[in-house]
Amino acid sequence: MKAMRDAYGEALIELGKVNEDVVVLDADVSSSTKSGLFGKVFPERFFNMGIAEGNMTAVSAGMAACGKIPFINTFAFLFALRAADPIRSLIAYGNLNVKIAGAYSGFSDSYDGASHQAIEDVAIMRSIPNITVVVVADEHEAKKAVFAAAEHKGPVYLRLSRAEVKPIYDDNMSFEIGKGINVKEGKDVTIIANGYMVSKALDAAELLRAEGIEAGVIDMHTVKPLDKELVLRKAKETGAIVTVEEHNIHGGLGSAVAEVLSTNTPVPLEIVGVKDVFGESGDYEMLLKKNGLCGESIADAAKRALKRKK
Amino acid sequence: MALDFVKEKELQELSKNMRIEIIEMLNKVKTGHPGGSLSAVEIMAVLYFNQMNIDPQNPQWEDRDRFIAGKGHCAPIVYVALAERGYFPKEELRNLRQMGSILQGHPCMLATPGVDMSSGPLGLGLSAGVGMGIAAKLNKKDYYTYVLLGDGEIQEGQVWEAAMSAVKFKIDNVITILDNNGVQLDGTNDEIMPLGDIGKKFESFGWNVIHIDGHSIKEIDQAIEVAKTIKNKPSIIIAKTIKGKGVSYMEGKSIWHGKPLSEEDYKIAMEELGGAN
Repeated sequence: MKAMRDAYGEALIELGKVNEDVVVLDADVSSSTKSGLFGKVFPERFFNMGIAEGNMTAVSAGMAACGKIPFINTFAFLFALRAADPIRSLIAYGNLNVKIAGAYSGFSDSYDGASHQAIEDVAIMRSIPNITVVVVADEHEAKKAVFAAAEHKGPVYLRLSRAEVKPIYDDNMSFEIGKGINVKEGKDVTIIANGYMVSKALDAAELLRAEGIEAGVIDMHTVKPLDKELVLRKAKETGAIVTVEEHNIHGGLGSAVAEVLSTNTPVPLEIVGVKDVFGESGDYEMLLKKNGLCGESIADAAKRALKRKK
Repeated sequence: MALDFVKEKELQELSKNMRIEIIEMLNKVKTGHPGGSLSAVEIMAVLYFNQMNIDPQNPQWEDRDRFIAGKGHCAPIVYVALAERGYFPKEELRNLRQMGSILQGHPCMLATPGVDMSSGPLGLGLSAGVGMGIAAKLNKKDYYTYVLLGDGEIQEGQVWEAAMSAVKFKIDNVITILDNNGVQLDGTNDEIMPLGDIGKKFESFGWNVIHIDGHSIKEIDQAIEVAKTIKNKPSIIIAKTIKGKGVSYMEGKSIWHGKPLSEEDYKIAMEELGGAN
């Protein structure tokens, strides 16, 4: 088992070996984001921009306009808030080929407290045209997503976690931006999750199985563009949907799925996420549990959705 | 390329014509920013007609010199210069800010041939220029990137983040020109947020600083030539200019930052600029 950020840093190195247009920028947190691993191998293509996220982001826009593929790194909340203007006005408006790697997302920087936790980043990124939003679930997906982001032409927001999470996949997993992954089949209800919550959704499916409920689990790693076809198919097949995200219930995965369901195939939908409150300092798993981001809470939501099924 | 007497006269004449084009365009559409466009006319004339190594037939040519209007509200002079240089037909200028036009209210790199970086929100352009400068070095290219900053714009903190980074990375292939017209949207710089000694500020950050008269074709051109000889550090040309230059009632007046012209305003402006027919 490997922390997602280590997997990310190692993937950058592998990418750097095969693609010399890749450059990496960080805002003085490269030992936290692990972008510094790339810097050790490719010092001439690594730029520590100091504690100046807005400048780093706009510098990367200039590099991308000249053919480079910048991966820019800092904490997720800083990209979404401090660097939102250059992300919107230069990178997204110019459809520039910058990969924005938001580290320490959700509650994963748990002990640093609410100031450093990101529960708003997906909503902000999702509301900006041209930005593809990807949330990775484990170390293997992190690696695949790095390569997929580099292949994709245009801005990508890659939401990463600090956490060491148990792997869902192995090295042979196949990953395609915009295509959700059917992690577990189940006929009664579908749980659509991303990030570390895929693992929690699988926990919920186990709990539900003990009660005779067959819950399917989808890893919806790409929040934008959303895999609408998969959402609608699962809505038709199972008739009830639960979404789970380590993010505010406003504006993230749950909202994206609700937008699709409500205008196409309205079925009972339960949205599990942070209930519009700030986090706090503490143990990561306890913080998740307190905010209802655990197997038990997700299983409860699934049962509520099932009850509402006609 | 050094400037001879004939070329200098030619660019002075061009500047006069570009001012007329700006007023014609803004009068036609009754929207857009005259003041900060008129102050930057000579700067744009020297860049696009003497200094920049560009090919209007091939706007994406990878070895071209780049230009970023940090002060994106000077879109009118940017568009006039691009049209004069042949990036698109001059008739397009009449569609400024209109639905479906290639000429957006502020420069958009995807809409307009010749625009190398989108701009509008102030304080981002110098950073983007630093990125272009780093990319040039990585790509082993010898093109220059020119960044035009507004003086009000340097009230944005990110300009100083960019200023620091340009020194760290020894960005000598980006030449920054400050359109120091002393006036911003709500009033003069001194009234709104005094800038202090701009030259000393940049110098203390480690920049090479050159002061010039920003309406002198010769001084602008010479300053760029000097900046090109400075190695391993960034250069800024602080160009003293007059906001609304050439139209008496606009000169130095913040109200003309973004005000549309009346018929009377238009008539007077055209007479003063020598464009009345």
